[in-house]
Amino acid sequence: MTSGYEAVIGIETHVELQTNSKMFCGCAVDFGAPPNTVCCPVCLGLPGSLPVPNQEAIESILRIGAALQCRLVDYSEFHRKNYFYPDLPKNYQITQFDLPFCVDGTIEVDVAGETTSIGITRVHMEEDTGKSLHIGEGGGRIHDAKHSLIDFNRAGVPLVEIVTEPDFRSAEQARAYGAELQRIVRMLGVSDARLEEGSMRFDANISVRPVGREAFGTRSEVKNVNSLRSLQRAIAFEVERQIGVLEGGGTVVQETRHWNEATGTTAGMRSKEESEDYRYFQDPDLVPLVVDAEWQGRVRASLPELPAARRRRYLGLGVDAISAGQLVDDEALGAIFEDAVAAGGDARTAANWLTGEVVAYTRRTGIDPADTSLEADHLVALEEMVDAGKLSATAAKDVLAGVLEGEGDPATVAAARDLIQISDTRVIDAEVEAVLGENADAVEKIRAGDGKPIGFLVGQVMRATGGKADPRMVSDLIREKAQAES
Amino acid sequence: MPVDIDIAKVAKLARVALAAEDLELYGRQLGDILEHAELVQSLPTEGVPPTSHPLPMTNSFRPDVVTPSLDRDDVLSQAPDHEDGYFRVPRILDGGEVPADG
Amino acid sequence: MADLADLTIAAAGVGLRAGEFTAVELLEAVTRRASVTEAHLHAFLTLDQDGALASAEAADAALARGEDLGPLQGIPLAVKDNMCTQGIETTCGSQILAGYRPPYDATAVRRLREAGAVIVGKTNLDEYAMGSSTENSAFGPTRNPWDTDRVPGGSSGGSAAAVAVGSALGALGSDTGGSIRQPAALCGIVGMKPTYGLVSRYGLVAFASSLDQIGPFGRTVGDTAVLLDGILGFDPHDATSYRGEMPTVAGSIGVGVAGLRIGVVAELLDKGIAPEVAAATRGMLDQLAAAGAKIVDVSLPAADYGLSAYYLIAPAECSANLARFDGVRYGLRVDGGTTEEMMANSRAAGFGPEVTRRILLGTYALSAGYHDAFYGQAQRVRTLIRRDFGAAYEQVDVLISPTTPTTAFGLGEKTDDPLTMYLSDVCTILSNLSGDPGISLPIGLDSTGLPIGFQVMAPALGEEMLIRVAAEVERLAGFRERPALATSEVAST
Repeated sequence: MTSGYEAVIGIETHVELQTNSKMFCGCAVDFGAPPNTVCCPVCLGLPGSLPVPNQEAIESILRIGAALQCRLVDYSEFHRKNYFYPDLPKNYQITQFDLPFCVDGTIEVDVAGETTSIGITRVHMEEDTGKSLHIGEGGGRIHDAKHSLIDFNRAGVPLVEIVTEPDFRSAEQARAYGAELQRIVRMLGVSDARLEEGSMRFDANISVRPVGREAFGTRSEVKNVNSLRSLQRAIAFEVERQIGVLEGGGTVVQETRHWNEATGTTAGMRSKEESEDYRYFQDPDLVPLVVDAEWQGRVRASLPELPAARRRRYLGLGVDAISAGQLVDDEALGAIFEDAVAAGGDARTAANWLTGEVVAYTRRTGIDPADTSLEADHLVALEEMVDAGKLSATAAKDVLAGVLEGEGDPATVAAARDLIQISDTRVIDAEVEAVLGENADAVEKIRAGDGKPIGFLVGQVMRATGGKADPRMVSDLIREKAQAES
Repeated sequence: MPVDIDIAKVAKLARVALAAEDLELYGRQLGDILEHAELVQSLPTEGVPPTSHPLPMTNSFRPDVVTPSLDRDDVLSQAPDHEDGYFRVPRILDGGEVPADG
Repeated sequence: MADLADLTIAAAGVGLRAGEFTAVELLEAVTRRASVTEAHLHAFLTLDQDGALASAEAADAALARGEDLGPLQGIPLAVKDNMCTQGIETTCGSQILAGYRPPYDATAVRRLREAGAVIVGKTNLDEYAMGSSTENSAFGPTRNPWDTDRVPGGSSGGSAAAVAVGSALGALGSDTGGSIRQPAALCGIVGMKPTYGLVSRYGLVAFASSLDQIGPFGRTVGDTAVLLDGILGFDPHDATSYRGEMPTVAGSIGVGVAGLRIGVVAELLDKGIAPEVAAATRGMLDQLAAAGAKIVDVSLPAADYGLSAYYLIAPAECSANLARFDGVRYGLRVDGGTTEEMMANSRAAGFGPEVTRRILLGTYALSAGYHDAFYGQAQRVRTLIRRDFGAAYEQVDVLISPTTPTTAFGLGEKTDDPLTMYLSDVCTILSNLSGDPGISLPIGLDSTGLPIGFQVMAPALGEEMLIRVAAEVERLAGFRERPALATSEVAST
C-alpha cells in the first residue's frame, strides 16, 4: 500500500447449488443441455405458473450459513426484486431482502501466517437468471450487438449469495477468503464451486481511505472475475487505481467496473440513466420459512469437519502447515491420508509422501490421485519397510513411484525393482570388514577423530553391494569398527 | 387534494410506453385514486404487523426431485421470435455486462 | 322433455345415470342454448366443440362401463379465460394473449377433466380479471341476460352469464375483490369464493396473488358445493395451497339455521346501498330469524378502509405479476429498436386502460419513498380487518350483507370514472382481504326485474357453515326465476 491509504474491501459471492432440480420447479439442474431444453412453465414465467421452494436447496443454504458461523434466523421470507431484463422470465427475481436465512457470521482468513477475522453479513437464497448471447460484430459484446439470443436453462437454478462485511484490507486476504469459501462449499457437498464454469462468482466492493480515517471512501463494484487469481489481481489494480485518482486530486466515482483479464485493468460500465428502483415486496406466492431450534440443531450437527478444523487437526498430528493445507484442498489426497493414519501410519511420513512424490506424479502425468493405483495401505506398508531397514528413504520414493505406475504393492515393486536393502548384519559386516581392510589410512583418520572419510567408506560399501546395503547400518558399523580397531 | 405523481417515471419503471396525452390522463386518474387510497393513512397502525398471507402458513416446500421439462418445441411454439433453439430479442441497451469503452 | 340445458348439475347427474339422456345429448342442448344466446350475450371467447364432444363421449363410455367418476361426470362446464387450458386459446381478455395456447392445464381444470366434466369453452372477463363489469375485455363486453343493456358484473361476467342462461350448467370464475360474487349477484345465480388456499391457483393467471381465488358458479347452492368439491384440495404446484384437512360440505345442506347467530355488518348496510336491495336484505334477515337464527348487529370498523387498502394491495401485486408480459417468450410483440423499446411498446399496445392504470398505480405504490406509506400501510390495515373479522366471529357464526350496493348497472354507466366502478366491490372486497370464504345467492328481483344478491361470509375453512346458511337462505327465498333469454327458442320477429 502506498501513500498512507488503506483498502477497504467487501466481497459478494454467488454460489450455484448442485441440487437435482431447480429452486422453484422440478426442472433438472443441467448445465450442458442444449438451449431451452430444461424449462417448464415455472422457470419460463408462463402465465399462471407458481414457484415452490426446493427443500434441499434450503438445507444447503442453512449448512453454508452454519459453516460460516452465522446465526440461522427463526423466521425468513422471500421477496420479489422487480426489474425488466429479457433473461429474467418474470421480470422479477425471487430473492431475499430484509429477512435472509443466515446473518452475522465470521470466517478466518490466513495470509502468510497472519490470521484475520472477516465478518459475514448475510447469506441469502435467490434464483439464477437465464443466459443471453449477444450477436453482432464485436464478438459477443452487448453494445455492438444487433440482437440477442436467450437461453432459459439456467433460469431458476438455486443461487446462494454470501456477503461479507468490508473487512478485507488487501487483495491477498480477499483471495484467501475466496479459496477458503470454495473449500467450505465443496466440503459441504452443496456445489462444485467452479469459477471457470460460473458455479461460483465473485464481485468485489472496493474503496480506499487515508489510514486512520474512519469514514469509508466512495466505493466501486468490480465484476467479471473468473478465477481466484483474477480476484486478487482485479482488487489490487482497483485499489491502486483509486489511490491514483485521489492522489491526482480527483474523486472516485461510485460505479460498476468490469475486470478485463487480458489487459489486467478495470473499466467503467456505461452508466444507466437512473438507478434502478427494485420495489422489493414479500412474494405473495411463497409463504414464510420458520427454522426452529430443532431444525437448526440438525443442520449444525450435519456439518462435516470444515477446512479450518481439519487443518488444525492435521497440524496436531505433526503435519506441517503447507502440507496440511494441501491435504485439505485435495479430496483424494486427503482421503488417502486419513485412511493411512487410521491404519496406523505416521502422519508426517504419509503427508510428506503424498504432498511430495504423489503430487509430483499427478502433475507430471495429469492423473488424479483418486485414479492411481495408490492405496492407503501401500503407504503404511512402505513406512514399515523403511522402519525395518528394508528400504532406504531414497529407495522408498522409487517404490512409491512404481506403486503409482501400477506395478503392484510396495513389496512387489521393491522386489521387482531390486531395491530391497541388505540389512543382514553378517553380510554387511563382511563387506564393511573388506572395505576397512582396503582403506587403512582412512580408518586411521576416523580413529583420530576425523569423521570425513566415513562418507567415502560408506560409498565404497554401497558400491560393493550394488547400492543395496542399508546405509545407516553401514555407516554405524564403519564408525564402530574403525574406532574399535586397534 | 389529488396526489401529484411523476407519471413518466412510473411508466418507465413499469416499461409501458405511453403517449404524452395518455401520460397526462393516467397521472390525473392515479392522483384521484390515490387521494382516496390515502384514507388508509389515517388509520393508526403502530405495532400492527402487515398481513402478506391471509392464512398463517409456513414452510411450504417440495422435495428435490426432477420432473420432466417441456419439449423445446412447446417452449418455443409461442415465441414471437426464435432462432436455433433460442428466444430472439432486439439488441439490449442497458447491458450491465460489458464496459462502455471496451 | 324439458330442455336439458335448464337442468341443474344435480338433476343432470340423476338423469345421466338413469339413462334418460346421454352426456352427448346434454352437451348438444347446452350448445344449442349457446348458439341462440351468444349473439345477445357474448359470454364466450372460445367454444371448444371438438374437445367437449370427445369428453362427452368419453363420459358416456365410462358410465356405460360402470365407471362412475362422480357428480361432475358428463356435465358441461365453462371456464373463465384467465385459467390455463392446455392447447386451447387462453387470452385473459387481453390483446397481449390473443392466440396464446398454454402448454399445460390449470390444476382446477385438470381436476374437472379427471372428474369427467365436459369443458365447453372459455368465458369472457374483464382484462386480466380487473374490473367489475366485463366492459374491460379487449374483445367486447358480455351483456347481462336479464337486460342486455346492462352489465353482467365482473370480472367473471362471461361465466356468470353463461350459467344464468344455461349455455353451461356450471362454471369456474376467479374472485380477487368480488369477481365471482358480484357477477353472480347481478346475473341471479350462485357464486362462491372459497377460503384462500383451498383451491390451487396453479394455472390461474395471477392478478393479485394474495387475494385471487378460483371458485364455482352454479344455479343452486347444491350445484355450487358440488363444483367446489371437484376442484378443492392440496396442490404441490402451489406453495400457498392449504395442507390441512379440507372442509366437507356434504350434509350441511338442509340442516337449517336454528340456533345459529347471524351477524349483520353495520358498515356495509349503509354504504350507498340501493333501497330495494337494503329492503330485500332485511326481509331475508327477518325470514332467517323466523327460521330460528339469532340476528346480531356487528361492527367491523376497519371495513370502511377495505376499498382503499384493496386498491393499494391489488395493483401493487398485479404490477409485478403482469411484468412477465413483455413480448419475449410469448404474447404480443410490437417491434422496437432495442429490447427495452420492444417491451414498452408491446405492453402499451397490448394492455387496456384499466390494466395500465393498475400497473402504474401498483408500481407507484411500491416505489422508493412511497412503499411503506402506501403498500406497507395497506397491509397493516389488512391485519386490522382480519382482527375485526376474528372478533366478530366470536360473537356470530356467519356474517351477511348485500353482495353489491345496486343491481346491474348500465353498460357505459360507470366507465368514465374508475372510482365509481371500484365502489361496486365495497361489500365483497373484505373477504378477499381476510382470506375468508363468501357466497352470493339470489333472493329476489327488484322492481325493474333485476336480480338482488345476498352475501353470506364465514370464517376461514368454514365452508360447511357457509353452505349450510346459504342453503337455508335459498330455501327461504324460493327464487326460481330465470332470465327470458334462457331459452333455445329463437324469438320470432
